[in-house]
Amino acid sequence: MDTTCRVLTIPIKKEMKIVVCIKQVPDTTEIKIDPKTGTLIRDGVPSIMNPDDKSGLEMALQLKDEQGAHVTVITMGPPQADLILREAFAMGVDRAIHLTDRKFAGADTLATSHALAGALRKIEFDLLITGRQAIDGDTAQVGPQIAEHLDLPQVSYLEDLKFDGDKTFTMKRHIEEGYQMLEVEAPCVVTVLSSANTPRYMNVGGIVDAYQKEVEVWGFNEIEVDEKNLGLKGSPTSVHKAFARGLKPAGELYEVETDEAVGIIIKKLKEKFILN
Amino acid sequence: MDFSLTKEQVLFQQMIKDFAEREVKPLAAEVDEQERFPIETVEKMAKIGIMGIPIPKQYGGAGGNNVMYSMAVEELSAVCATTGVIVSAHTSLCAAPIMENGTEEQKQKYLPKLASGEWIGAFGLTEPNAGTDAAGQQTTAIEDGDNYIINGSKIFITNAEYAHVYVIFAMTDKSKGTRGISAFIIEKGTPGFSIGKKEKKMGIRGSATCELIFENVVLPKENLLGKLNKGFGIAMKTLDGGRIGIAAQALGIAQGAINETVRYVKERKQFGRPISGFQNTQFQLADMNTKTEASRMLVRKAANKKDQKVPYSVDAAMCKLYAAETAMEVTNKAVQLHGGYGYTREYPVERMMRDAKITEIYEGTSEVQRMVISANMLK
Ligand SMILES: Cc1cc2nc3c(=O)[nH]c(=O)nc-3n(C[C@H](O)[C@H](O)[C@H](O)COP(=O)(O)OP(=O)(O)OC[C@H]3O[C@@H](n4cnc5c(N)ncnc54)[C@H](O)[C@@H]3O)c2cc1C
Ligand SMILES: Cc1cc2nc3c(=O)[nH]c(=O)nc-3n(C[C@H](O)[C@H](O)[C@H](O)COP(=O)(O)OP(=O)(O)OC[C@H]3O[C@@H](n4cnc5c(N)ncnc54)[C@H](O)[C@@H]3O)c2cc1C
Repeated sequence: MDTTCRVLTIPIKKEMKIVVCIKQVPDTTEIKIDPKTGTLIRDGVPSIMNPDDKSGLEMALQLKDEQGAHVTVITMGPPQADLILREAFAMGVDRAIHLTDRKFAGADTLATSHALAGALRKIEFDLLITGRQAIDGDTAQVGPQIAEHLDLPQVSYLEDLKFDGDKTFTMKRHIEEGYQMLEVEAPCVVTVLSSANTPRYMNVGGIVDAYQKEVEVWGFNEIEVDEKNLGLKGSPTSVHKAFARGLKPAGELYEVETDEAVGIIIKKLKEKFILN
Repeated sequence: MDFSLTKEQVLFQQMIKDFAEREVKPLAAEVDEQERFPIETVEKMAKIGIMGIPIPKQYGGAGGNNVMYSMAVEELSAVCATTGVIVSAHTSLCAAPIMENGTEEQKQKYLPKLASGEWIGAFGLTEPNAGTDAAGQQTTAIEDGDNYIINGSKIFITNAEYAHVYVIFAMTDKSKGTRGISAFIIEKGTPGFSIGKKEKKMGIRGSATCELIFENVVLPKENLLGKLNKGFGIAMKTLDGGRIGIAAQALGIAQGAINETVRYVKERKQFGRPISGFQNTQFQLADMNTKTEASRMLVRKAANKKDQKVPYSVDAAMCKLYAAETAMEVTNKAVQLHGGYGYTREYPVERMMRDAKITEIYEGTSEVQRMVISANMLK
């Protein structure tokens, strides 16, 4: 008699856990810099959720809509940064964490990424999404730095992403000449471009509830990180000089055939002594 | 006393301004020119909860308040008054009376569909011979077993062509005058109920304003809204709430015209300098802005009173009267400050001036608002 017992392994579709790093930035393309200290002047400038981060959040929420996911947002910033966490609640996230502590103040990208990584060590996730870059700092360093601190695979400049429901993401990455398609196993880190999607509006019902929900406020004691990597002490960057770039003069526009255009360009370059 | 918005209202304002700017403004001129109902905008608004702002969550709404609702109508109307009135008539004139007077079954049946925007609502009170004198209803509802048989017609009904649910009024007892009017809920497609002529209008040209025709419409008794013969009170109370919406629409139109004008006067040069440099321009702008801000205070005060559930009829009449007359005055000045360009369809102030006029007429003319306000003073 055959009594072999067959064990069938049915893959359990577990709920994917996503964390999105969002940053509050001044809503201006023309950032004013304090000429004395070289830091940003934030007073009087309306603040918004960084556009790349908002697209990263939209990507997470689309995964949630399509296949179910638990989405957490995390920001490091002053108390006012609470606003973007409420906005994230109104867009549909499940959990919001606000990292704020005097010990984090004066952080450059390295210290920022250490603090965020310190918090992320305390959170379980399959996918960590950051924006490609913040419109105020514009370094595009924080996402990749977090991946290094946590020793996770990273894919930058993401346009699209699919999840197989178990362990593997299929990703579309923007490169200069076109796209790269990648398969990456969870957990991993991606940085997203604002061109990836159009973020949804806050939902009215979500807005009504946004302040009823709890934002978890975490300080140094709640995260796992070496204190010397934080704040000013942990920031090797020193600003040599910060200045507003002069305006470029308006260009001249010619609508002509190619041959004539080449002639005009050569003439202009000669006038400027770039060619002789 | 605190004039500031709540945190939720601040967040809401950020969203609705952004939505109006990106989704509504780009269609405004086309909707006006082609007299086209912007159904795609309604779908977008539905998706994010704008069609059910003050409806409680238990009925599928956003669970917001009337201040938020008035802010939505204001911001939408600042870029497109057609879109503003679609939301206002739907919310204040259809969802609200069902919310306030409906049975639990009626609320369960209609509110979730209205709040989600799957269904659009409308309100039919006005008749060819019953305008300001709404008591002169000629539409009749005759009891017949478990039903009422409705005969008659309504005119100038906002959203008519696109609505799925209508709150309408008819005489159930001709001998009793205003005490013989009842309210009913009627759905699109009910046999004998049809949509008649569509008006060609001066302004808010994208809002479908049509006739409703009832020919031996058999309505089951469960479609009676509120108590028998209590319809006139329901109509008047509904219009009190609606006036906040229309005042918000007027306020939005005025603000929209100011926004356009401020931009224009800084760019337009005459006598070698921007026309914003002339003191007349500056003083006109100051007056326009002051009156518009005063309108806003009256609108928010009335909406806040409604939220606090204290009597607000007079406040609603005042905000509607003042905001409507301000919208007319401000848009007139806006066209003037644009000169000849303002008289052309190249600039939105031309449309705004046409749109403003209706706010002095519907949901009670300015004369009616003055009657309401003074009657309360002299009682
Ligand atoms: C020398 C220097 C001095 C600075 N001094 C100050 C200062 O005095 N005061 C001040 O307010 N800022 C200061 N900053 C900026 C601040 O430290 C930035 O938050 C941080 O450096 C992120 O850099 P970035 O803007 O270039 O982000 P990027 O690397 O361009 O951002 C990439 C992505 O990382 C994530 N991310 C970045 N920052 C955060 C964050 N804080 N929380 C959550 N996610 C985040 C986002 O998803 C973002 O899209 C300073 C930066 C530098 C370089
Ligand atoms: C675009 C548009 C949309 C509308 N939408 C709706 C809708 O959705 N539902 C609905 O039921 N109705 C709707 N109406 C109807 C609107 O509410 C009426 O037009 C309005 O109430 C005025 O009625 P009337 O047109 O019959 O004017 P009339 O009542 O004939 O008024 C003419 C003039 O006489 C004045 N007047 C009348 N009586 C007095 C008095 N006792 N003392 C002093 N002056 C007086 C008026 O103020 C007005 O100036 C809409 C109308 C328009 C034009």
